[in-house]
Amino acid sequence: MAQDAGIDTPAADSGSGDGALESGGVRRRDFINIAAVSAAGIGGLAVLYPLISQMAPSADVLAEATTEIDLAAIQPGQAIKALFHKQPLFVRNLTAEEIKKATDVDNNPAEFATLRDPATLADRTKPGKQNWLITAGVCTHLGCVPLGAGPGEEMSRGAFGGYFCPCHGSTYDTAARIRKGPAPRNLEVPPYEFTSDTVVKIG
Amino acid sequence: MSFPWAKQYTPSHPAMVWLDEKLPLPRLIYGAVGAGYEVPRNLNYMYNFGFMAGLCLMIQIVTGIVLAMHFAPNSAIAFDSTEHIMRDVNWGWMLRYGHSNGAALFFAVIYLHIFRGFYYGSYKAPREMIWLLGVVIFLLMMATAFMGYVLPWGQMSYWAAQVITGFFTAFPLIGDGLKEWLLGGFAPDNATLNRFFSLHFLLPFVILGVVILHIWSLHIPGSSNPTGVEVKTKADTVPFHPYYTAKDGWTVGVFMVIYGLFVFYMPNSMGHPDNYIPANPMQTPAHIVPEWYFWPFYAILRSFTQPLLFIPGKLMGVLAMFASILVWFFMPWLDKSPVRSAKFRPLYRKFFWALVIDVLVLGYCGVSPPEQPYILLAQLATIYYFAHFFIIVPLVSSIERPEPLPFSITEAVLGHDGQAALAAKG
Repeated sequence: MAQDAGIDTPAADSGSGDGALESGGVRRRDFINIAAVSAAGIGGLAVLYPLISQMAPSADVLAEATTEIDLAAIQPGQAIKALFHKQPLFVRNLTAEEIKKATDVDNNPAEFATLRDPATLADRTKPGKQNWLITAGVCTHLGCVPLGAGPGEEMSRGAFGGYFCPCHGSTYDTAARIRKGPAPRNLEVPPYEFTSDTVVKIG
Repeated sequence: MSFPWAKQYTPSHPAMVWLDEKLPLPRLIYGAVGAGYEVPRNLNYMYNFGFMAGLCLMIQIVTGIVLAMHFAPNSAIAFDSTEHIMRDVNWGWMLRYGHSNGAALFFAVIYLHIFRGFYYGSYKAPREMIWLLGVVIFLLMMATAFMGYVLPWGQMSYWAAQVITGFFTAFPLIGDGLKEWLLGGFAPDNATLNRFFSLHFLLPFVILGVVILHIWSLHIPGSSNPTGVEVKTKADTVPFHPYYTAKDGWTVGVFMVIYGLFVFYMPNSMGHPDNYIPANPMQTPAHIVPEWYFWPFYAILRSFTQPLLFIPGKLMGVLAMFASILVWFFMPWLDKSPVRSAKFRPLYRKFFWALVIDVLVLGYCGVSPPEQPYILLAQLATIYYFAHFFIIVPLVSSIERPEPLPFSITEAVLGHDGQAALAAKG
């Protein structure tokens, strides 16, 4: 700091002396130094924000965030894979028997208590549309696509009749709840609404 | 660094004298990897892998740059452009097989280089910084290899991107957002492929920069050697050039034979056939395994099937996998023995080999399907892996009685008679 004093007051031969006297030992040069370094620092951080933010999902990716599905062709017991958020979405028309399998668990407190991620079939479907099980087709373990919704996969639905992930053996029941294997959570239910009796809007 | 007896660069040609005054780059090279760098005379072949790793990096950069001239980093055409390289581009098949097999052999060379460091205690003072930079290089290599694997946009590429970025969802609260930020979407897509291409191009040059720091920090104390005894006199060293350039040149020849065998005769032996199927977000391959050089770490990741200390198994696995490499950073301080080389450490030597076997067991579990008995085996091997670093290494270094060290490198090479022989020559 002391060497700045000569520049601060070029006329003064006495060096730092009169600079320091200005106001309690703080010189104008100190203020300029701090202001310049602060401006550069804040400027640098301000530039960092867009550099980080550019990596987040872009507007066109976010714009594709809703999708509409026609349910008319899906027979009871059948399931289809749709695309939502560039990831598979399972839409399944549960049979009466499959609904009963799920609600039997809901109505049996002892069995319900054993669920890893407790939720009833009613929680995971819309009122009056309990046969429509709509979930993400992404295993909550490491993101593989479970079997059970694709064509010809009716026999690969696992011990609980829902979905079965071939990667690490996670087994889901007919409400797509995790029952066995390493996955921590049930298959995610995306936000969706029925726009008519046979059309759902996902997202 | 140079020992007082190291040769000085003396340009004779007037042009070189002129250059030396303006920009002493030849002087720098002469002192760093030429006749001006004095190296212990007793290095064995395990000390050749550093040079070979440098060669591997050069092979990857050269083949990578030319591949980038033909590859299209767009999810719609990336797979096809890879096949275009394989079928239509002149020598494209050789360049791509050279790049993919080159990456695998780069890891093989690096593992032997790290193995050498662990066995001969190369990480010990005054060489800690060389070791720390080496671990940084290894981490950068892993990131580069992963992103390169995603580029062909086949099934294994896509699902590697999905599963590996899925690790980050294990972190509470920020996990899902972090994954979306890394991918630039909700699942791997064009944004992901684009940024991975950009970073895959950048990181090798970052590695090159850290390699220069690695060699710079090596040249301050000078190279270690199999006895672990420091250089004392001129008789202990020989100039890097021509002695070690010639020796390294020989193993480069051996390396090229092995590399050629892979590239020309079994180019897909280390690959996975599913990666010749274009990426399909709707269908997961039945058996997902990483490349062989990640198997041990993959086994550690998967061995946490239950919550531990209230931390969910998935998060614990991710933390353990990162920790299994980060623990190497602490090696210079966990190993308190003043003796460097395992050659003179009978107890440490036994545990060193036990760790090697443990890592091989982890690798075997990593490639096996995630079912018993492999899960239990991987869990035991993971426990042993961490016990080695946190319990065995500090304990052994405090209770072990090392064998007597040779007086000097020359004595280790020539025996006690060597002193007399040198005195007579002297």
